Amino acid sequence: MTTSLIAKSFVEALQRGEILYQRCHVCGGAQRLARYACTSCGSERLEWLPAAGGGTVFAITVVSRPPEEAFRELVPYALALVDLDEGARLMGHAPTDLKIGARVRAGVFQLGERRLLRFEPEAG
Amino acid sequence: MAHAATQALGEAGLARAQIDGVLCGYATTLPHLMLATLFCERFALEPAYAHAMQMGGATGAGMLMLARELVRSGRCRNVLVVAGENRLSGQQRDNAIATLAQVGDPDFELPNGTMIPAYYALLASRYLHESGLDEADLAAFAVAMRANASRHPGAHLRTPITLDEVLSSKPIASPLKLLDCCPISDGAVAMVVSADAPAGARIAILGAGQAHRHQHLTAIADTRNFGARDATARAFAEAGISRDAIDYLAIYDSFTITLAILLEETGFAPFGGSARLLREGMFAPDGPQPLNTHGGLLSFGHSGVGGGMAHLAETWRQLAQRAGERQVSPRHTAFVHADGGVLSSHVSLILSREA
Repeated sequence: MTTSLIAKSFVEALQRGEILYQRCHVCGGAQRLARYACTSCGSERLEWLPAAGGGTVFAITVVSRPPEEAFRELVPYALALVDLDEGARLMGHAPTDLKIGARVRAGVFQLGERRLLRFEPEAG
Repeated sequence: MAHAATQALGEAGLARAQIDGVLCGYATTLPHLMLATLFCERFALEPAYAHAMQMGGATGAGMLMLARELVRSGRCRNVLVVAGENRLSGQQRDNAIATLAQVGDPDFELPNGTMIPAYYALLASRYLHESGLDEADLAAFAVAMRANASRHPGAHLRTPITLDEVLSSKPIASPLKLLDCCPISDGAVAMVVSADAPAGARIAILGAGQAHRHQHLTAIADTRNFGARDATARAFAEAGISRDAIDYLAIYDSFTITLAILLEETGFAPFGGSARLLREGMFAPDGPQPLNTHGGLLSFGHSGVGGGMAHLAETWRQLAQRAGERQVSPRHTAFVHADGGVLSSHVSLILSREA
């Protein structure tokens, strides 16, 4: 899978175990995915910053039919959309019993040659 | 496609030489650089205007909207709108799923092992959470679409199903089961938009609207306005009529959750209220606003762009009173809504029979 130029910072950081999100230098607005311009103010001065890792589950599904062979060993696995405390939203793996609204912490796990995002329930 | 186009020309009473515009939907089984031109060559057409369009599931409604603009501007007199593909038999099923995976973001979503049902499942999980409804509420739409398809000889899935059968069907991506998802089908649909439609089949496009607020699931900013609300408002503003005038509905239904969300966001049910209205008979063939009387994508089938255009063909037939055994009591004004991607691109149309 080739990496898009626009998302290079995020993808490379994830392989190092770091989670980045894009923020507007002008208005401070957090972006979802990777953008060329701020969705709040239109500024093109966007920067990648490290996220602390805390967030809240916005949506979650348990996948029973994997799209490709590499994921067959994980079935059934959960995918969650998580709102980071910084305001960005990310998709990642999660425990299958996680509920919407739960507090989570982001980390990474190894699948084959790549590292993927995984959210675990926040301790305490 | 050729078969559907021949039928459309026949119904419209037009000769090939009278077609001066051609809009053609993309096909995942035939990703050609110039599909409209290719089709014209093989179908022996020499139009003055032609190209293919790509708006995912909204392509059919988008082509009809553009055909209307081409006719209104005087650019064309008769525009043939056509789409079709052998999405089921023309390729390996895994290829179809892989092609459709492009709906996901290649850096943030796809690496996680996602596919389209998972995106809609995530939206469904949020919808059930916010509305307090359960999986049986969504399943009711699958049952209703199958009942409609059982009355259509050309439908892909015609055997009636029960609520329990939907709920106990194979899990795909919770809360969606196999029967919450549309099948992959073969099919083709063609229509003609003309400056002078023949008497007896004069179905006017009164209003049209689009909205495009995101491409990818993760980018969605507002789950109460995916874009359908904006597109609908634009279409009604142009038509100059209110929802009360609508007596037929054709709503995109790639999944049961798609139908619930779109019925509500287009304003034909309150938030969380579409399943209740369905159970009360509001959307039944003999109800006030019959919905997808051909069975929709969920049961008539999903052949790509043709799958979305089947809603348009059925709407035309019902308004023109040419729906045969499925004909509902005379209908005058229909609302059509289609979406492409993950509720990403939206097209609303208001069609009306001219007296």
